[in-house]
Amino acid sequence: MPTVSYREALNQAMAEEMEGDPNVFLMGEEVGYYNGAYKVSQGLLARFGEKRVIDTPIAEGGFVGVGIGAAMVGLRPIIELMTWNFSLVAADQIINNAAKIRQMSGGQFTLPVVFRGPGGSAHQLAAQHSQSTEAFWTHVPGLKVVMPSTPKDAKGLLKSCIRDNNPIVFIEGEVLYGDQGEIPEGEYTIPIGVGEIKRVGTDVTIIGWSKMAKVALETATLLAEQGISAEVVDPRTLRPLDEELIVSSVKKTGRCVILEEGWPYNGVGAEIAYRVARLCFDDLDHPVERLTGNDLPMPYNRKLEHHCVPDAERAAELVRKVLYLD
Amino acid sequence: MKLELVRVLDDDGNVVHAEREPQFAPAELRKIYETMLLVRLLDERLLRLQRQGRIGFYLTATGEEATHVGPTCALRGSDWIYSSYREIGAALYRGYPLRVLLCQLFGNAEDPVKGRQMPVHHSVRNLNFVSISSPVGTQIPQAVGTAMAARMTGRDDVALTYFGEGGSSTGAFHIGCNFAAVRKAPVIFVCRNNGWAISVPRSVQTAAPTFAQKAIAYGMPGILVDGNDALALAWVTREAVARARKGDGPTLIEARTYRRGPHSSSDDPSVYRDPAEPREWESHDPILRFRKYLANKGHWTDADETAFRGAFDRDYALALAEAEAVAPKPALGTLFDDVFAQRPWHLAEQAVELESHLRKWRAPDA
Ligand SMILES: Cc1ncc(C[n+]2csc(CCOP(=O)(O)OP(=O)(O)O)c2C)c(N)n1
Repeated sequence: MPTVSYREALNQAMAEEMEGDPNVFLMGEEVGYYNGAYKVSQGLLARFGEKRVIDTPIAEGGFVGVGIGAAMVGLRPIIELMTWNFSLVAADQIINNAAKIRQMSGGQFTLPVVFRGPGGSAHQLAAQHSQSTEAFWTHVPGLKVVMPSTPKDAKGLLKSCIRDNNPIVFIEGEVLYGDQGEIPEGEYTIPIGVGEIKRVGTDVTIIGWSKMAKVALETATLLAEQGISAEVVDPRTLRPLDEELIVSSVKKTGRCVILEEGWPYNGVGAEIAYRVARLCFDDLDHPVERLTGNDLPMPYNRKLEHHCVPDAERAAELVRKVLYLD
Repeated sequence: MKLELVRVLDDDGNVVHAEREPQFAPAELRKIYETMLLVRLLDERLLRLQRQGRIGFYLTATGEEATHVGPTCALRGSDWIYSSYREIGAALYRGYPLRVLLCQLFGNAEDPVKGRQMPVHHSVRNLNFVSISSPVGTQIPQAVGTAMAARMTGRDDVALTYFGEGGSSTGAFHIGCNFAAVRKAPVIFVCRNNGWAISVPRSVQTAAPTFAQKAIAYGMPGILVDGNDALALAWVTREAVARARKGDGPTLIEARTYRRGPHSSSDDPSVYRDPAEPREWESHDPILRFRKYLANKGHWTDADETAFRGAFDRDYALALAEAEAVAPKPALGTLFDDVFAQRPWHLAEQAVELESHLRKWRAPDA
């Protein structure tokens, strides 16, 4: 199996889908001549030309809407947001329009559009550049929300998203672009809405997505040294959620810790915790716990920032708590 | 349609339109020059500081210094400035201290924004210099709101907002211009057209030959001015301010200049533009031209230049040493301040949790 970076995996997914379907095109700030702010669209302009790889003015509210309009008449736009932080300028287009047009038109219009770009905190980018926006989007009926954590998942899921007939929020991990990983040879897809056990264990289920799936794996490694066997579940898609996978894991381990990079209040973890509490009530040996980002805008100072992003050390501490070890 | 490019000085500092020459006192002229030079010298030092890994991020304005100082010097101290991330000269002109500026770049214990914001995102309330926001264009309607508030409370202050030509593509620009013109809000919109928005040339932002002409559709004056001519900028801004104070509404000024350096410390322009382009613009340098003008008037000598640069070197070295001696991080407890006007119970709870975690695992205040 070839080894590629998360960035290359996304690039391959777009290139293959553009190759396979002339209706697919890419649009966003600096996606063309600059090959993308994070180089995810490397080489696509050269390969597919200006008609299908389109540089835009600085106007998220505009080009997100333009993408919606193109999708309504049958094209399959991939709209790149330089980061999800700037998608907030386009929230009306995404929430009030993309998510609702099929339903409001009585099913007359279909919106096969993918909004994609990096999310989460990177390194010292502060309040307006470090946000995890998945809780905003998962709240909205009509949007699918996908957040892969590995190159393999990134490619397989992005291909499925481009082929899907729903508006999709595809949030890439800003700090994952350089990660290397094996991907299957040749054509493959990964279905939307299907999670994956990233590590098998028996004592506790740790749930994390995007960068937090990696932190969950680090946590499991730390815990293994202490004789604790943690199972890591990566939902990969946050909406629709693979509830079955999560429930079956928690029923097995009897304990559940959720890692979420974003804010706690009404976070995605709150929804998962509710489902686990309801569906695994008789199997739980401890209330579900969450480790989240602090409930405040991200600070810039490196040492302050450090305290606002969940890490394996604090996650392991929480796991010891649900195992009544401390 | 053809708009005149307003100039007062040519590239050699000769006055080409004497009737527009603002009659500034010599001390004022020197202050304009010194502030522009300060921005240039600081940018050199601070980009180096970033390259050395001592600050995380920096953003220069080389070649655009006149756009900071020219418009700002036409304002009163009580007027408000809504800048983008690239007009630090506006704050420096109003007296923003070097040491405080450096503490902001470090995000240290004496950073006035308490380690919260990225470098160059200053907030200087006492100088009516409003908190800088990263998302492009957001400051534009906010400036309109501040300008309207002045009128609503019976003051004749104005608000001036800066943004790049890329910012003119945002919805916020359109909303701000339209709203201000409809309400006759006392705002001056300064579009700093430096040719590039990161890697995107101005031709991708607009199909119109100028940004200034957009004003016509909104129903306000649009002025095209040489953005490397501080006097021309001061002159057109002064006229715009006079109209605004009288209640005649906003003005859009396009300051034509050029971004000679990278977009920011994270950018490498050699991959997207011909290096001959920035070199060409060196001959239109705003600072050299102003120095020649000052010298011709007898207000600046080579000795003045040497003295100023020497004083800068000393002031900078001292301010840097002081700023680097400050504790590198604001107290941990400050994390939970200012999220709300009063700290609510759930943040008090988080503060306690963090403390207990740290007590358990590390030295306090690590
Ligand atoms: C809403 C939004 N979209 C994208 C960005 C990313 N971005 C930061 S600076 C910039 C270019 C801005 O160019 P311009 O407005 O011309 O100002 P300049 O940097 O040239 O001074 C972009 C696209 C952003 N900060 N905000």
